[in-house]
Amino acid sequence: MIRLRNKIDPNSVSYRIFGMLAGLDTAVLVNTPGKFQGAAASLAVANVRRVTNDKKRNLWITHVHRIRDNADKAAFAELYAHFAPRVKGFLINSGADGSMAEECAQEVMATLWNKAHLFDPSRASVATWIFTIARNRRIDMLRKQRRPEPEDLTWGPQEEPDQADALALQQETQLLSDALSALPAPQRELIEQAYFGDMSHSEIATKTGLPLGTIKSRIRLALTRLRQTMK
Amino acid sequence: MNDMMQKDITHHLTDEILMGYSAGTLPEAFNLMVATHISLCDTCRAQLEACDAIGGVLMDQTPTPLAAMADGSLAATMAIISDRSAKPDLAPAKKPGVLPTPLQDYVGGDLNAIKWRPIGMGAKQAVLRTSKQATARLLFIPAGVAMPDHGHHGMEMTMVLQGAFQDDGDHFARGDVEVADSDLQHTPVADIHEDCICLAVTDAPLRFTGLLPRIMQKFIGI
Repeated sequence: MIRLRNKIDPNSVSYRIFGMLAGLDTAVLVNTPGKFQGAAASLAVANVRRVTNDKKRNLWITHVHRIRDNADKAAFAELYAHFAPRVKGFLINSGADGSMAEECAQEVMATLWNKAHLFDPSRASVATWIFTIARNRRIDMLRKQRRPEPEDLTWGPQEEPDQADALALQQETQLLSDALSALPAPQRELIEQAYFGDMSHSEIATKTGLPLGTIKSRIRLALTRLRQTMK
Repeated sequence: MNDMMQKDITHHLTDEILMGYSAGTLPEAFNLMVATHISLCDTCRAQLEACDAIGGVLMDQTPTPLAAMADGSLAATMAIISDRSAKPDLAPAKKPGVLPTPLQDYVGGDLNAIKWRPIGMGAKQAVLRTSKQATARLLFIPAGVAMPDHGHHGMEMTMVLQGAFQDDGDHFARGDVEVADSDLQHTPVADIHEDCICLAVTDAPLRFTGLLPRIMQKFIGI
C-alpha cells in the first residue's frame, strides 16, 4: 500500500487522533473522509449536553488566540489562574520541591505566551498543549536530558485550522475526560502514577508492591476501556 | 528516499513505550527511538497524540488548592516574558536525508557523518551520546550477514533506517521496529539486496551466547 503521508488533509488530524483511541485503522480514516464527517456529526449531536464544558474549553482557545493576536494580558491572567497551579502540582507530584516547581510553572506559562502562535486547536486542547510544554520542562529540570522530538508533519503552508475540526476535537477531549473519570479506581490510579510520578512501570511496581504484570495489565485494561468509550 | 513511495510500516511501538514517551519517563535513548520512529510513522504519531490528550485531561482534572502559586507569581512571569526578545519560535525544519531529523541531530548529519567502528564480519556500530540509563547505537550490517546471536537482560528496540532484515520469519523494512524483551533470543539477518542500517536501543547490556562475541563485547561496548 502506498503511504499518503504528504497528502493527509491537516483538517483530518483531529479525527485521526481519537480514531486511534477508538481502534480504527488510520489508513481507512485518511482515505474515507466522508465516514469521519459522519462520525463528527453524530458526536456533535451526542454532545449537546456538554455545551457548558465546551464553552469553557472554547474560552481557553479564545484566550490563547487573544494572547497571540493582541498580547492580551487579561486573557493571560485568566489562563494563568487556571493552569499555573495545575502545572505546579504536576511538577511537585513528579518530585520537584516547591520553589523549583514554582519557578518552572512560571517558565511553562511564559512559554505559552511566547508560543501562542504555534497552538493548533484542531490537534490538541489547551490543557493537552500545556501538558506537553510542562512535561518537556520537567525532563529538562529533573533529568537534565535532551528531549528528542519527532519531525513535524509536512503539510506545506500553515493554514488556519478549521473551526468545526477544532470543535470536534474539543468535544472528543470532553468524552475522554468523562471516560477517565469513570475508570475504576485501581486503573485510574495507575494511569495517574504512570503520568505524574516520573516512574517507569517497573518503578511503580517497586513503589506499590504490585507485581509488574498486574500493573501492565491494569494499564492495558484502562486503555481498552478508554478506546471502547471513544467508539 | 521518497516518503510518498514508502511501504507501510507494519511493526510499531508498543502502548507502554508511547505512554512512557508522553509521560516523559523513558530514558533519553528510548526517547530518541520514539522520536525517530514517529517521524516516519503517522499511526504511532496519532497514538502518541492520544496519549498526550490523556496527560492533558489528567492535569486539567488535578484539584488546584494542591499547589497554589506564590504571591506575585503572575507579575514575575510577565517579567520573564518581557525580558525575552520577541523572536518567532518555529518548529525545526525537516532535514533531507536517510536519517530522520531527530537522529541527524544526534549524529551531527546524515549517513556520511556517522563515525562507524568495526565490530567484526563487516558489521559496524556507532554509539550515540545519551544519558546512561540506556544506550542508543547505529548498526551497519552488510547485505546477507547475520547479527551475532544474542539475548537481552532488559528491553531492546531495533528500527530499520535503510535496507531490511529478517528475524525468525518476520520481515522488517524501513521504519519497522522490532521490540525484544529479556526472553527473546534472536538473530536478525540483513536482507540480501542491500546493506542494512538500524537504530538499536537497549536498557541493559546485550547478552551474547557465543564465547567470542562475549569477549568482544567487553572491548567494543555493545
